[in-house]
Amino acid sequence: MGLLSFFRKEKKQPPVPGRDRGILVFENTSEVIRAENILQKRGWQIRVMGPPPEIRTGCDLVIEFPLISGLEILRALEACGIEPLKVVPVSDGMLQPVSIFFARDYGDYLMVQAANMKITVDKRDLTVVNISGGGCPDVPYLAAQMVGCRLDEIPEPRSIGHTLCGYALQLALEETCRKCLL
Amino acid sequence: MFAVVGTVPDEAFPLVWGPARIAGKNLLIENHSVPVNRGTPALLASAAKVCDFFSADPPEAILAGDIGRGGGSRQVYARLEQCLGGCKYLSLTFHYIQPDVDWHNRVLFAVEDMHPRPVLIADAGFMYAAKMSGQAQCYDVFTPDMGELAFLADPEAPHPFYTRGFIFHEPQRANELIASAYAHRNASRYLLVKGKTDIAADEKGVTDTVSHPVVPAMEAIGGTGDIITGLVAAFTGLGKDPRTACVQAASVSRLAGKLADPHPGTQVIEIIKQIPAALEVFFAEK
Repeated sequence: MGLLSFFRKEKKQPPVPGRDRGILVFENTSEVIRAENILQKRGWQIRVMGPPPEIRTGCDLVIEFPLISGLEILRALEACGIEPLKVVPVSDGMLQPVSIFFARDYGDYLMVQAANMKITVDKRDLTVVNISGGGCPDVPYLAAQMVGCRLDEIPEPRSIGHTLCGYALQLALEETCRKCLL
Repeated sequence: MFAVVGTVPDEAFPLVWGPARIAGKNLLIENHSVPVNRGTPALLASAAKVCDFFSADPPEAILAGDIGRGGGSRQVYARLEQCLGGCKYLSLTFHYIQPDVDWHNRVLFAVEDMHPRPVLIADAGFMYAAKMSGQAQCYDVFTPDMGELAFLADPEAPHPFYTRGFIFHEPQRANELIASAYAHRNASRYLLVKGKTDIAADEKGVTDTVSHPVVPAMEAIGGTGDIITGLVAAFTGLGKDPRTACVQAASVSRLAGKLADPHPGTQVIEIIKQIPAALEVFFAEK
C-alpha cells in the first residue's frame, strides 16, 4: 500500500499478510510448472514458492493462490488433467476444512449444514427449498440456480460455484443426497 | 441517508449507485430491477421497508453483478476507492463482496476521508475480508452467525470453511468465542451474533440478548440474516446508536418472522413483507 498508507494508518494494526492465500501442493515440479502456465494464462494472481515445513511431502515447489477462488482454480486445473495433492491455507499448514455435518429434521423438511452453508429439502418430493449461510458472492447465485430443483437433477456447486462457500455447499449437497437418496 | 454496498447474482447487472426502492417482489435501482431473494437485495429490501415506514429517504445502493468470479466485486471496490471520500452517509454497510484484503484496505482508506465518519457495518464476504486484513476494529458492527463468530474467534482461520474446533450449535460457547474474537482484535466495536438467541456484545462481553419470539423455521430460510443486517443498516442510517440498532433489529426481525408464520420452505420475501407490521407492533409496545 506504499509509504503514504504508512503515515495515514500509523495507529492501526498492520494488515496480516497472506491470510487470504492458499497453497496448491503437487506431486512433482513438472505439474507445478504446468499448473503455473495454465493459471497465469488465465490471469490468476499466483506465485510459485517453496512449501512451508508443515506441508513438505518431498516436492519442492507449491503454488500460492487467492484462497477464495480455490474452486474455480481447481476446476481449471482439472479440465487440463492436473489434480493437486493438497489445497491448504497459507497461514497454517495444519488447518483443515470443517468436516462435521449437522442435520435438523423439521418433519416434512430436512436441513443439512456443512461448514458455513445450509441446504434444506422438502422430503416429500426431494426438492431443494432453501439455501442459507455463507458470505461469498456466488452463494446467492447458487441459491438462485438450485432452489426449486430436485436432488437428482440439481446443478452442482462444484460445477457452477467459484468459492470456498460454494465448495462447502457442495459438501452439504452431497451429505443431503446421502441422507435422502439412499 | 445511508448506503449499502454489495453484489447481485447476475453477471449482466451493471455497476449502479443510487436509491433503492421496492416494487412488489423486486428491488429497483435507477432503471434496473432485481428480484429480492437473498443476499444484498434482501438486505436492501429490508432497509427500504424501514425507510418507507418512517417516511425517510430510501437507502443508497452500490451494487454490481457478481456470481463469484469477483469481477463485479472489483468494479464496486474500485468505484468506492474513487468516490467514497466525498460522500456523506450516517451508516455504510458492506455485504456480499468477494473477500479481497488489498481492495478492502484501499476502501478503508477512502472511508477515512469521509466527514463525518459513518457507522461502519460489515457482514458476509466483506466481514471476512475485514477480519483477514487485521483491521476489524475499524468497524462499528459485525453481524456474524455462530459459525462466523467462531471464525472471528479463531486467529488463524482465513475463512469460515477452515475454522478450527467449531462444533455446530453450541450457543453456550458464545461468551468464550466473543471474548476470543476481541482478544485477537478480530471483532468490531459491537457484535450482533445471529442465532437461536441473538446476542449483542462489545469488548466487555454480552450487553443484550433477544430470544423472543421463537421462530425455528427461520434458521433454514436463506436471507433471514440479511434482514437483520438490513435493519441494523437502516436504524443506524436513521440516527440510532449501533447498540440500540442491533437490539431493535433482532427484535423486529423476529416479529416479522412470527407474523409471516413461515415453514422451512418459505422464501425470505414473505418475511420482508411483514417488516412494516413488525415495526408497528414493536414501536407500539415500546
